Amino acid sequence: MALTKSELIERIAERQSQLSPKDVELAVKTLIEEMADSLAGGGRIEIRGFGSFSLHFRAPRVGRNPKTGASVELHGKYVPHFKPGKELRERVNDSLQLEGGEHQDSDSEGGQVAAS
Amino acid sequence: MGALTKADMAERLFEELGLNKREAKEMVEMFFEEIRHSLESNVPVKLSGFGNFDLRDKSERPGRNPKTGEEIPITARRVVTFRPGQKLKQRVEAYAGTKS
Repeated sequence: MALTKSELIERIAERQSQLSPKDVELAVKTLIEEMADSLAGGGRIEIRGFGSFSLHFRAPRVGRNPKTGASVELHGKYVPHFKPGKELRERVNDSLQLEGGEHQDSDSEGGQVAAS
Repeated sequence: MGALTKADMAERLFEELGLNKREAKEMVEMFFEEIRHSLESNVPVKLSGFGNFDLRDKSERPGRNPKTGEEIPITARRVVTFRPGQKLKQRVEAYAGTKS
């Protein structure tokens, strides 16, 4: 199970009263687009408490076609990279500590885990 | 060019969608907070056109203090990983900027 873009839009819409769900949808799509555009243009993204996105360069190398074994020149390229920020890292890791190392159903609401 | 920040993103919502400044700022905050909240509830996040935020549980492993060489176990932890979507990967790959 995962949170999708449409569920994210629904949740934000439920949490606030000023904007219509349609406006929230447009806003979320605009934000995601802006982030993708930034990376596609070689830029970085820095969100305090969440993390930063940047591009990492992958050097050109000689690869192989796994079927034929023939070598192929692979050009250098950029790949997106995400480094979680401190708050995100800590909150995610704390959730593991709260579970006491046990996996719980991921659809249970956090914060209600009794200390063992 | 500086990095894209929450302030830039709020500004865009103000300019392009006509949200007022306060609404725009709150929208950006809620966007990232809902993603964090999902991840801390151990639920991965999939944003089509961008990528997936996944969770991985790492078990304890031996580590070392790089300064003193002393052995210290690295405790079990849960970490967030980001897997860019196909579309974002292709767009970024096409970026022909200078490396470094």
